Amino acid sequence: MNTEKNIKTLIVNKPLKLDCGKTIKDFPIAYETYGSLNSKKDNAILVFHALTGDQFVTGINPVTNKEGWWSYAVGPDKAIDTNKYFVICSNVIGGCMGSYGPSHKDTNQKIFGTNFPVITINDMVNAQYNLLDHFGIDKLFSITGGSMGGMQVLQFISNFPDKSKTVIPIATTSSHSAQNIAFNELGRQAITADSNWKDGNYTSNETNPGKGLAVARMAAHITYLSKKGLQEKFGRKLQEREDLKFGFDADFQIESYLRYQGSVFVDRFDANSYLYITRAMDYFDLAKQFNGNLSEAFKNTNAKFFIISFTSDWLYPTQENKDIVIALNSIGADVGFVEIESDKGHDSFLLDVPDFLSALKNFLDKSYEEN
Amino acid sequence: MKNEFQVIADLIEKDKKVLDVGCADGTLMKFLKDNKNINIRGLEISKEKVQECIAKGLTVIEGNAEKDLKQFPDKSFDYVVLSQTLQAFLNPELVLDELLRVGKKAIVTIPNFGYWKVRFHLLFKGTMPITKTLPDEWYNTPNLHMCTIKDFFHFVKSKDIKIFKSLALNNLNKSIINESNLGVKNLFADLGIFLIEK
Repeated sequence: MNTEKNIKTLIVNKPLKLDCGKTIKDFPIAYETYGSLNSKKDNAILVFHALTGDQFVTGINPVTNKEGWWSYAVGPDKAIDTNKYFVICSNVIGGCMGSYGPSHKDTNQKIFGTNFPVITINDMVNAQYNLLDHFGIDKLFSITGGSMGGMQVLQFISNFPDKSKTVIPIATTSSHSAQNIAFNELGRQAITADSNWKDGNYTSNETNPGKGLAVARMAAHITYLSKKGLQEKFGRKLQEREDLKFGFDADFQIESYLRYQGSVFVDRFDANSYLYITRAMDYFDLAKQFNGNLSEAFKNTNAKFFIISFTSDWLYPTQENKDIVIALNSIGADVGFVEIESDKGHDSFLLDVPDFLSALKNFLDKSYEEN
Repeated sequence: MKNEFQVIADLIEKDKKVLDVGCADGTLMKFLKDNKNINIRGLEISKEKVQECIAKGLTVIEGNAEKDLKQFPDKSFDYVVLSQTLQAFLNPELVLDELLRVGKKAIVTIPNFGYWKVRFHLLFKGTMPITKTLPDEWYNTPNLHMCTIKDFFHFVKSKDIKIFKSLALNNLNKSIINESNLGVKNLFADLGIFLIEK
């Protein structure tokens, strides 16, 4: 186990053939767990993180010293109750919180950069599957995640149909839309246009493409919110000034907020990882893996599905979530669906949205009682 | 649980697969699941009611019967239940067709506009009837297409829909409706319950 910066690591010795054709082996997967695995090993929940998340779901992230990304939902007595369930989350491959990614070194001790193989959502879940063997878990109680986490949920149950009792994709899609590919491309262009990017061969923190990465984050951050939410929170409020300054400094609070979001992001995230992970999202098209018939992806599973979307999420809108419900219903699968009323946009799943959290809790707890 | 639900539950055999359209807070679903081992699903338009169903551990899909029934394959449920909602749809005929496509059988209940209290209310008060099963004022009622037991009976016959059982319910009294007593039942029943198939 690698204890550097409190990161737990599983070294996967088994070779993994990636969708791009390359094979990787002896690679690390960084993970974290919360709660404890019971003796029957039937209370495990595998949580998948979104684009910029990591394995530190809740509590204080020991690397960033900030709250974990899903602290509202996961913890003792919370929706995903760690008094009851054993929560596992791992950093996706291609990421930058300890799992095998572009900031790792190749066999010649050279940092991969863009020589790291292009990975897919399918590769990510195949890599994470090794955690089940590691913990001796035959069947998970649940798999869940929002956004890119939801894509991994869908891919996981498609690849391993009998490995989870319940399946909760949140604010997600089965096929990345043109609009979402466009936003990701905008982010990637911002990074690669930064002269410090150097075709991915930047090395030290001083010369990393921080400006490009910050712009990528700022653009993406807007897509995670809603127009109404932004208007209510910021409106045209000015940033620590009485009047407009007739310049290009951050006059408006929203500008200052976005700049701050960009600047704190570059401290914790690797620009090349951002390229790789957004690419994996863009390549995600579960229906295409089954000749255009999404239902086929789920035909071998008896799992109980619960799909959740949010009214103000325009990045992964309700209709895209409903398409998954429709595909499941058309094969008679056990599927529930709810659209949660929220002004908080795509980010709703990460925030304190009581209707969402209670639905999640009730679904999990009632399903566990029936276990 | 209201008497109507007990009558509906009695029409359904154990271990069947059932869809409750407009399942509200899931009372009937829960009863069927717990007492008859029914593989039960619900479709409900109200977000609050959907939450109540989830809290009961029921599988429910938030959706609108007029748009969302089409995702279910033909005859994918043994029974499809529609309780006192047919009259609230923009196009009840289309919904009825969908119920009979999705379900091998359908159980449809209707508040009877031919009930004597309804008739008396309109006749003597001259205002839109308000009764136990029709509690709303004309301006806030969800009901768009009220009908009588007689109307519904003739309607399903005209569509070549098979009626397996038709029951009249008045408070706690359940009785069978047939061609010969239709006029009487149409006057004295508060609610009609129909088990149909196409």
